[in-house]
Amino acid sequence: MRRFDLALPRSLDDCLKLLAERGPEAKLVAGGTDLLPQMKNGLLKPAAVVDLSGVADLRVLGRQNGAGLRVGAAVTAREIELDRHTRAAYPALAESGALVGSVQIRNLATVGGNLCNAAPSADMAPPLMALEAEAVIAGPRGRRRVPLSTFFTGVRRTVLAPDEMLVELVVPAPGPRSGGQYLRHTPRRELDIAVVGVASQITLSDGVCSKARIALAAVAPTPIRATAAEQALEGQPLTAERIARAGQLALEAARPISDQRGSADFRRHLVGVLTRRTLTTALERAGRGHEGRREPPIR
Amino acid sequence: MAKQVLSFMLNDTETDVLVQPYVTLLDALREDLELTGPKEGCGTGDCGACTVHLDGKPVASCLVLALQARGRSVRTIEGLGRFGALHPLQDAFVRLGVPQCGFCIPGVIMAAAALLAENPRPTEEEIRYGIAGNLCRCTGYTKMLTAISEVAGAAPAREA
Repeated sequence: MRRFDLALPRSLDDCLKLLAERGPEAKLVAGGTDLLPQMKNGLLKPAAVVDLSGVADLRVLGRQNGAGLRVGAAVTAREIELDRHTRAAYPALAESGALVGSVQIRNLATVGGNLCNAAPSADMAPPLMALEAEAVIAGPRGRRRVPLSTFFTGVRRTVLAPDEMLVELVVPAPGPRSGGQYLRHTPRRELDIAVVGVASQITLSDGVCSKARIALAAVAPTPIRATAAEQALEGQPLTAERIARAGQLALEAARPISDQRGSADFRRHLVGVLTRRTLTTALERAGRGHEGRREPPIR
Repeated sequence: MAKQVLSFMLNDTETDVLVQPYVTLLDALREDLELTGPKEGCGTGDCGACTVHLDGKPVASCLVLALQARGRSVRTIEGLGRFGALHPLQDAFVRLGVPQCGFCIPGVIMAAAALLAENPRPTEEEIRYGIAGNLCRCTGYTKMLTAISEVAGAAPAREA
């Protein structure tokens, strides 16, 4: 690796001071699983690296005051995968954490890194978008919150300014009679990158779907919501026909490229299939209710 | 750029070593501390040959900056067992002749030791996923499964 200065801050304020001084030439490193390979092959040549591993404020994982979940930017994929509360109440998020890399990677890779690297295929983006998470961003002028659905601006680009950083995600509680799932297609389950990823999150009320959120990975320059598919479900009973229609609308929302992982046509097909499957599981999980919900298997 | 002191617990021993801020934990272990059990295969976290335990959890040491281990505990294959008192996994791998070229073996054993510490009675599927982050170019996975299964069934795993 090329030489760089390494800063080892202990607090968020120290991080922000470092970013104010060296923001444009600095990179934040948490798990390093995306950053270090790019630095080793010369794609990134930061003059300064700021290590976040000593900043306790970024490692919060737990219930938000009242209701909901707080996930610190430096919480690892493995911690999300294994957290009992996340597995029970936010299974789509736990499932996405369990799919990142291998166990050696999941013990390092963080949710903040997954989002801030802003790969179109980021596994933790679709479930967090479907759960309507907000990104809490700190900068020199204080904090701001943006819906994660508007966080990504392009391939490897986000709304973060050079002197800002992601602090945590705040996820509202889905409420009773809600269910969700994240599925992705990869040729190999471990250490692979999504050909397509789909997260669905629904809420039932009085026999109809009162809320539906569907988010897609690896089929556009950023992770995207399939809003037409969501609207086709809301206020309706979730019959097999309506789920199939939502799958069709979701695949029409996809704008995939063809590359070595799959052709655009194959990706659109997968969006339809995975949307139907995740909606079907989300419906089943919502019907079981919070109490009767089984946890996804640990592996 | 000046070297900095890395103070950490290495294989149960308080350790201080001077490292450049831009070296990985793997390079510090191999080049400065002469622990050559962890290997560099790919250097990008895909092969698992560099697996060590960081605070008891398996990680790809090629993706950790050495100074990120400050104040933490690191265990390499050299600290898992010792001559005359091998870890049950090391003993099983030797007895059953698991290694072929041997390059991946330290990483595989560290991944398996972490799995058994967390889940002493894994199913075969759980063992497969426990070492799914480790590539063996000799393709010697069958004997690895046999050895790990034997340890999982025969004796409670030691604290890794």
